[in-house]
Amino acid sequence: MPFKSPEVYIKQTIGSIQEYSILCWAAISDVFSGPRYWADIFTQMDSIGVGSIPIIILTGFFTGCVLALQSATALTQFGAVSKTGSLVSLSMVKELGPVLTGLMVSGRNAAGMASELGSMKVTEQIDAMRALGTDPVRKLVVPRLVATIFMLFFLTIIADAFGIGGGALMSVAILGLNGNAYLHDSYRSLVHGDIVQGLTKPLFSGFIIATVGCFYGIKTTGGTQGVGRATTQAVVVSSVFIIVVDLLVTRAMIGIFGS
Amino acid sequence: MGEAERTATEEIDLKGESGPVVEFRNVTIGFDVKPVLDDISFAVDRGETLIVLGPAGCGKSVLLKMVDGLLKPERGSIRVFGQEITTMPERELFKLRAHIGMVFQESALFDSLTVEDNVAYRLHEEHMAEDEARKRVEEALKFVELEQAIDKFPSELSGGMRRRVSIARAIITQPDLILYDSPTGGLDPITSTTIIELVMKQRDVSHTTSLVVTHRLQDAFVMATHRYDREKGMVPIPKDGPERGIDAGTKFLVLNDGGIKFHGTTGELVHSEDPWIKEYLA
Repeated sequence: MPFKSPEVYIKQTIGSIQEYSILCWAAISDVFSGPRYWADIFTQMDSIGVGSIPIIILTGFFTGCVLALQSATALTQFGAVSKTGSLVSLSMVKELGPVLTGLMVSGRNAAGMASELGSMKVTEQIDAMRALGTDPVRKLVVPRLVATIFMLFFLTIIADAFGIGGGALMSVAILGLNGNAYLHDSYRSLVHGDIVQGLTKPLFSGFIIATVGCFYGIKTTGGTQGVGRATTQAVVVSSVFIIVVDLLVTRAMIGIFGS
Repeated sequence: MGEAERTATEEIDLKGESGPVVEFRNVTIGFDVKPVLDDISFAVDRGETLIVLGPAGCGKSVLLKMVDGLLKPERGSIRVFGQEITTMPERELFKLRAHIGMVFQESALFDSLTVEDNVAYRLHEEHMAEDEARKRVEEALKFVELEQAIDKFPSELSGGMRRRVSIARAIITQPDLILYDSPTGGLDPITSTTIIELVMKQRDVSHTTSLVVTHRLQDAFVMATHRYDREKGMVPIPKDGPERGIDAGTKFLVLNDGGIKFHGTTGELVHSEDPWIKEYLA
């Protein structure tokens, strides 16, 4: 592959940012105006939300298990092993639940969106849609955007719950802690700000997954090889965006709630 | 229908009273440094069939997509039904496209929809009653002789059948302009003849203005020298008749190297003295 000149690279990067911004703006404005494709929204909710439940349960549960074991090792040194529930619940609700759910759904659905829309692009189905009088952003992007944001919110709650449950299982079965004490400690340590912080992040992650996945799908060129490239780029870029935006949201939430 | 919407629809000159149905004036488009089409001008009158010929990569499909507003030129003016489409916003273009049918190169059927839903796509978008839509789909599929495939998915169809479904989808709303992008591309000669017969049927039965992109000279000349008869199907136009064996409403546009090499009637094309045209037709 030939090297691009810096000028061409910068122009292409700025062009991509511009195209992405235009797509995001078109999608947001289409959310608040008709016509709306409700059947497509529910189909996407089923595909993105219900379809992701098994991997979200597994990810949340095992992350909670590992977190309990790892934190108990450190807390034992300070004689504070009873605080395991508090540490697991805070870590899961504020950070690991939202981020891991975002990353898992990104891997599963940003890739799916990029490959599905990319295949439609290279086989001229998106052009055909436009030729038949349908706005592809309204028909393809908006349902995925609405469904991802809505379902990621609930998937995060599921991941949090199974993470805390996994931590409880490890604490009781291996660390020998009292189950009631663990859950009571977990519940008592969470405050309003923690919940708001944990449930704000999936709104941003959902937006990133849907817009990045659809953007790379819609701008696919170069046949089946291009579809593969678009899929990889969608997963990489959306995953990095999720982590960067997580940092920004965390900082903003600390500024608002103070912890 | 709102006042603004009604006004916009009325401005579309479907009868071609204010001039040609399609008109290109000094149109230039390019994707890299060199323009694909450079400063081209031509017009298509109402009821005319313009066959666009040229070697691969000369910009035939690009030209067709510009007519439908799917691509915008860098410079120049494109008027369709009397309306300037180069500056028209996408929302207005959707209204204009309701009067244009397009058959894509690789059919571009929606994989996840059945043949019925593909053909009825535009009717469903217009919220037509299910019974009425089904009736219209059956009529369109009967036109392309594919009624038996109504419940199948595109993946279950052969290339020729997919192309016929694509034609049914394009004609279901009885558009005033049809764009065919290589309708016989990648098909065997027998299936190609079936497709050309359908294009001809649409031309001679509905008298719809159309642009047909093809790289197969044989298909182009069959269209120019044959007519569709409701009883006999495709028949040659008599050479001793008033039309002298050539359909008067079918014209040719030959593209090469970013420009128009030829624009005129079948007779003018075959008698052209241009060395490149002679070699191309040989």
